Amino acid sequence: MPSLAPLRFRLNGHPAEVPAEAARILLDLLREDLHLTGTKRGCDLGTCGCCTVLVDGRPTLSCLTLARLVEGRSVTTIEGISPPQGLSPLQRAFVETGATQCGFCTPGFVVTATALLRDHPHPTREEILRAISGNLCRCTGYTKIVEAIETAAGGGA
Amino acid sequence: MAEPTTSEYRLIGQRVPYVEGPLKVTGRAEYTDDIQRPGTLVGRLLRSPWPHARLRAVDVSAARALPGVFAVLTGERYPTTFGVLPITHDETAIAVDKARYIGDIIAAVAATDERTAERALALIRFDAEPLPEYADPRGGTDRVPEPIHSRGLNGSNIQKEVVQHFGDVDAAFARAAHSVRVRGNFAGVTHAFTEPLVTIAESTPDGRLTVWSATQVPHYLHRSLSEVLGIPMHRIRVIKPEVGGGFGGKSDPLPHEIACAALALETGRPVKLLVDREDVFYTNHGRHPTQNEVRIATDADGQILAYDIEALIDGGAWSSFGTVTTYYNGVLSMGPYRVPNFRYRGRRVYTTKPPSGAMRAHGGTNIRYSIEVALDQLAERAHLDPFDLRERNALPPNSTTVNQFRITSTSFRKCLAAARAKSGWDRKFRQLPYGRGVGLGCGFYISGSNSPIHFTPVMPQSTVHLKVDMDGGIAAHSMQADIGQGSNTLLALIVAEVLGVDIERVHVQRVDSDVSPVDLGSYSSRVTFMMGNAARSAAEKIRAELLTAAAELTGRPVDEMQVGHERYFSRVDPEVGVTFLEALHRAMARSGALVASGSFNTSPLGGTFKGARAGTAPAYSFAAYVAELEVDVETGVYQVETVWAAFDCGRALNRLAVEGQIEGSVHMGLGQVMGEAMNYRGTRLMNPSLLEYKIPMPQQMPKVEILLVGDDDPEGPFGAKEAGEGPLIATLPAVGNALYDAVGVRFTDLPITPDKVLKGIDQRRQEGRPWKGA
Repeated sequence: MPSLAPLRFRLNGHPAEVPAEAARILLDLLREDLHLTGTKRGCDLGTCGCCTVLVDGRPTLSCLTLARLVEGRSVTTIEGISPPQGLSPLQRAFVETGATQCGFCTPGFVVTATALLRDHPHPTREEILRAISGNLCRCTGYTKIVEAIETAAGGGA
Repeated sequence: MAEPTTSEYRLIGQRVPYVEGPLKVTGRAEYTDDIQRPGTLVGRLLRSPWPHARLRAVDVSAARALPGVFAVLTGERYPTTFGVLPITHDETAIAVDKARYIGDIIAAVAATDERTAERALALIRFDAEPLPEYADPRGGTDRVPEPIHSRGLNGSNIQKEVVQHFGDVDAAFARAAHSVRVRGNFAGVTHAFTEPLVTIAESTPDGRLTVWSATQVPHYLHRSLSEVLGIPMHRIRVIKPEVGGGFGGKSDPLPHEIACAALALETGRPVKLLVDREDVFYTNHGRHPTQNEVRIATDADGQILAYDIEALIDGGAWSSFGTVTTYYNGVLSMGPYRVPNFRYRGRRVYTTKPPSGAMRAHGGTNIRYSIEVALDQLAERAHLDPFDLRERNALPPNSTTVNQFRITSTSFRKCLAAARAKSGWDRKFRQLPYGRGVGLGCGFYISGSNSPIHFTPVMPQSTVHLKVDMDGGIAAHSMQADIGQGSNTLLALIVAEVLGVDIERVHVQRVDSDVSPVDLGSYSSRVTFMMGNAARSAAEKIRAELLTAAAELTGRPVDEMQVGHERYFSRVDPEVGVTFLEALHRAMARSGALVASGSFNTSPLGGTFKGARAGTAPAYSFAAYVAELEVDVETGVYQVETVWAAFDCGRALNRLAVEGQIEGSVHMGLGQVMGEAMNYRGTRLMNPSLLEYKIPMPQQMPKVEILLVGDDDPEGPFGAKEAGEGPLIATLPAVGNALYDAVGVRFTDLPITPDKVLKGIDQRRQEGRPWKGA
């Protein structure tokens, strides 16, 4: 059996210690071992963005990331972005503008846009489009997603 | 009860956020793959490397012997055929005698983990005899050495042939002042929903089988599981968790769903079967690759005299919805216009490629592209503005088409007027600088198929159950399948509107065949119309009980009571009234929780000739779109900047959702125009990934100006019609015709990639032709 040396990192603000094989993929670790199922598996190839999480604050495709690479680093998933009660201003904007349809891509978009707004509180439309260009949505034509991000950036709460 | 006037609606017509939105933005919405049953085994499928092969023998002994393997299944265990249409059952859960495309399922394994399952698959040995492969439907129209299915017409690979002739087409062409012929060639496209296909099945010692699946038609899955596995429906429970998009790709009962259930039966353990993205592409069931030829004749004034249409449709390995597709390529070509003479020959031919099936605006998309491009040419020839030509030919309300479709409401003329005015058409068409263009495309689509796919037993197309208990919460049950289009929200909205309560009182329950009454699911744009009417009917029954209770409490006659916001009051003396909860508790004193069932069924429509029911619908949506675009004439790259989308969905019940459907439809339509294609080398799919099969990026998305101009439909709930599929169709020809306006090149084949645009521009330059007009 492959060895299961513990992997230590910060997960959604708390220290985490989980056994993980060398080849374990971060997405599998999150979804299957830690039951954090808000991070979605859309392609396993880094093509859809549904599995986006923040690693040290940076949007990262968890399906292309070996779990071992987050040793000692900080991982934030959609569960860590969501407040204990209610919604973040960005999440509220997604709901109110109708930026979710099937919702499968939504956690990835929320994670990506949360990082964008943290670094660029008032992004231009071009910056928004560039930031989300790694996230696929087949339902909305992106129209209301962009609108939601603009709404949140425009004073949001 | 008289229909309330517009101003009396409290929620209908507003922008109502999706009820499950807060769960989706926090990652808390539960999709099938998020469900983890204790002791779950991993299911995996072995897929055929051969496009066409006879499976002579198979040795699974090594795979079975591998520690950690619980079951290895091959086709002969469950050989009963199935398929979404009862008349064309030709699929099996696992291939029985032959593999029919690269990707066909030939064995299934359940093991403790993914790695063991993969190792087991690698240990399965087939003795397979390769058979002729058929990549092009043209090679399958006559007798072939080895038909893909025994049911092919006269030893050919033709799955379905439809021939229809109304009026006298030849005579019409003989007296025509103008006629055009357009030959179109359309690559296949696929749904590319973000949630991959996935199923969980669990067989329990009480003799029951529970199946959770990413499906948009849970009822047909329920039936197919029962038929193939030989288990009565009441012992099977089908649950539909949240579904991450469907667009038709989750509407067939799919082989992996049945294989997963078979593995669960075999092992007595829960089995999860996740179809990876590559295999989702092989499963396909997307829009059919199609070759067509359209001829249209008009008189000197541009009045349409006749259509003459041929379509050759590449079906892939299975029938799927193909019989419907074959009809639709003909019958959905006519509206929104009056066509007095019509001839159609459509053939759908099996090939040894991944099956095609139903995809958003099924059967209408490709043919409408050809028709609208042909009309653009005719307008030019007849020296008519494209709008004027269409205006002249618009089907009037309350009319009957030549093939006996009943048209009730149509606001098509309003669509034309709105798109023309808002787009600034009259100052742009043929007047923009070289490289810029505007184009018009129009469409119509069924608002629900009038005929349910399964005819027996006779039962309503949709049923909704409501239960209101003392807490004042309203539980709504139905097998209508929300796949992101907002049908749960619509159900809550209608119930809240009828009862006068806040929408958060209505809790739409997850689809679960044990408790949800049958609704046939999300296909043919039927849900708003049919479930909406069923929901309204159920809510009206509850409302009657509440109004009676309110009358009792106030001592006023019941016909004096009316619905307010969370209260019921006297219309004579509005101060006299009771709250919703007071009325509820009074009503409950008699019978306990209030329960009601509402249902909707269609009445017979259409003619009596063979195939007359195909395309009949209780209502139709209509559309007129203008696209404006800019072509980089040095590279052929083009950007659609604005789409003015004038749409008639009757009354828009939830404006937010209607906008979302139109924006998403424009995006998906744009994908098929600009570059999406299932690319094959022979029978091998060359681009089975979201990297190589490219849907439009956010940067490619135009501004969509939505113009909702529909009048109330007489039979739709609160006057509504569909808005889920019709909005796609007009997008494609609007772009194609705008490209002609921009650079003077006609594009009859899809997709129109930059290299084709550049080639067309170069050719026109070499011919030295002026770029505007013919």
